[in-house]
Amino acid sequence: MKSAITTTDINFLKDKARDLRIEILKMLTEAGSGHTGGSLSAADIVTALYFYKMRHNAEDPKWRERDRFLLSKGHAAPLLYAVLALSGYFDKPLLKTLRKLGSPLQGHPCSKMLPGVEVSTGSLGQGLSIANGIALGLKLDRLNSRVYCLLGDGEIQEGQVWEAAMTASHYRLDNVCAIIDNNGLQIDGQCCDVMSIEPIVDKWKAFGWHVIDINGHDMEAILEAFAEAETVKLKPTMIIARTVKGKGISFFEGKVQYHGIAPTREELEKALKELGGNGQ
Amino acid sequence: MKRSSKGTSYCKTKKKNGDNPPLPPFSKGGMGGFIATRDAYGEALLELGKSRADVVVLDADLSGSTKTGKFAKAFPERFYNVGVSEQDLIGTASGLSLAGKLPFASTFAVFETGRAWEQIRQTVCYSNLNVKLIATHGGITVGEDGASHQAMEDIALMRVLPNMTVVVPSDAHETRQVVSAISDHYGPVYVRLGRAKVPAVMPDDYEFKIGKAYVFHMGKDVNIVAIGIMVSTALEVARILKHDGIDAGVINMSTVKPLDTEVLLEASKKCKLIVTAEEHSIIGGLGSAVSEVLSENYPIKVRRIGIMDSFGCSGTPEELLKLYGLTSESIVKIIKEAL
Repeated sequence: MKSAITTTDINFLKDKARDLRIEILKMLTEAGSGHTGGSLSAADIVTALYFYKMRHNAEDPKWRERDRFLLSKGHAAPLLYAVLALSGYFDKPLLKTLRKLGSPLQGHPCSKMLPGVEVSTGSLGQGLSIANGIALGLKLDRLNSRVYCLLGDGEIQEGQVWEAAMTASHYRLDNVCAIIDNNGLQIDGQCCDVMSIEPIVDKWKAFGWHVIDINGHDMEAILEAFAEAETVKLKPTMIIARTVKGKGISFFEGKVQYHGIAPTREELEKALKELGGNGQ
Repeated sequence: MKRSSKGTSYCKTKKKNGDNPPLPPFSKGGMGGFIATRDAYGEALLELGKSRADVVVLDADLSGSTKTGKFAKAFPERFYNVGVSEQDLIGTASGLSLAGKLPFASTFAVFETGRAWEQIRQTVCYSNLNVKLIATHGGITVGEDGASHQAMEDIALMRVLPNMTVVVPSDAHETRQVVSAISDHYGPVYVRLGRAKVPAVMPDDYEFKIGKAYVFHMGKDVNIVAIGIMVSTALEVARILKHDGIDAGVINMSTVKPLDTEVLLEASKKCKLIVTAEEHSIIGGLGSAVSEVLSENYPIKVRRIGIMDSFGCSGTPEELLKLYGLTSESIVKIIKEAL
């Protein structure tokens, strides 16, 4: 168990989140296509997991006692690739090959091609069931590793998510901690216009989950939520992370059109200036 | 593992060069009697659970019918009922496989392969996970439940997926062998089992190997390539034809994918007609698999016996087999017309 969160921790993680955003933007620009908005909105959450919360080892990606991270919203692949590269799972220059022929950095994550990717995702709604299965296996082996699963908010429109919601609660999977990147936007527009997902907190509570509602860009709140989740017994935890699509880049923020579009060279230049880093 | 004894004393000397054994005598199940492959699965799974601690079993509220209930009773801590949710069934099984377990996920064939096809594609096959999909209630012999519960498309749906192995055992003995063999094989496997009781057809000393067909007899006039319940029908057909002076062979192609092309081509080169027999749509199943190989490698006359691009209906298995032309009489007629 980690000791109390310090200002140094928070500042370190904020820097890491900025580095992540820089890598995401650079690789997407290089690729010329991909999902910008949803990669940026979940960057703070994923930073907190890989650089603070999770036990994992880039030298030994299959370490039996590792905590698991499943990117159920597989279209945020650039985010996963960036965090794996910065954690040392592979060399950073590989990020430039995103979506290119022969690259292990497929448009959506492929576990057979890249170390650190737990399972292939990309078709929405499937990650939580897989997380539950891993969690059941960990309990059989009496391992106290935890399983983190990141979902999109539009993603929870998939029926399978609710099947899995019941399974996690029925089997009292307190080693499952799911996070919804609630940026409010999906490809065709605002979630509330396309297919309402609210009341999102009540829904998960009704399904037997412990629910924590936070600002998904407040690093301290994120760390506290993960700490709280660990104390919950006999229930899975759902963190509803209220986020902004395209977070960190003013001209991408809250813009639905940047769901599946990569930045242009000019936009990248401007974005890097805003982030105040050169991305080296 | 104890297996049922049966009347035939046919042995495996057929493997020797140039040695083509005669048809085995007709079997009414011998001392082993008639056993549904799903019953044999339930028992085999229970045995496997005793010898392997990594085996876990999942079901979607049909454990009484799929016979996983036996395992559930013996090993409740390794059995997961996910309720009526096939997509979650596949995902949860996938997760257990990622945690190092050997999951067997069972429900009815139409729901497992149809309702959860995309989960099988995206998660099980794309990630090449060690998940065993064992579905019961394949084919028309589901009977009275009718078309909604009769899987006619499952083999087609599974065969098209990369990394997937597809197996259809013909009797109880072969089912036990299959459960054992696939537990030692890494990767996704789909096994199609039946609801109805079927006669024992495989010899006592038969050992199932993935991708290896079993040749009962190679015919000079026609060879019938069959799976599942149609293997015993094919043997009956061959017996009838022999009486009429037609040398008909029978091949149990229990692994539909990867297909034993070697045996198929050998059989084709020795005869004038290849007939496939399955209680599955003639589109996409064994008939298609065989036709694909033959059309490219040895174009020969082929007749596909199966469900002719239609849904089933309610009735007893016997009535339905007759209605859909899956009886020995019907097949004999088709062969005689084709020869």
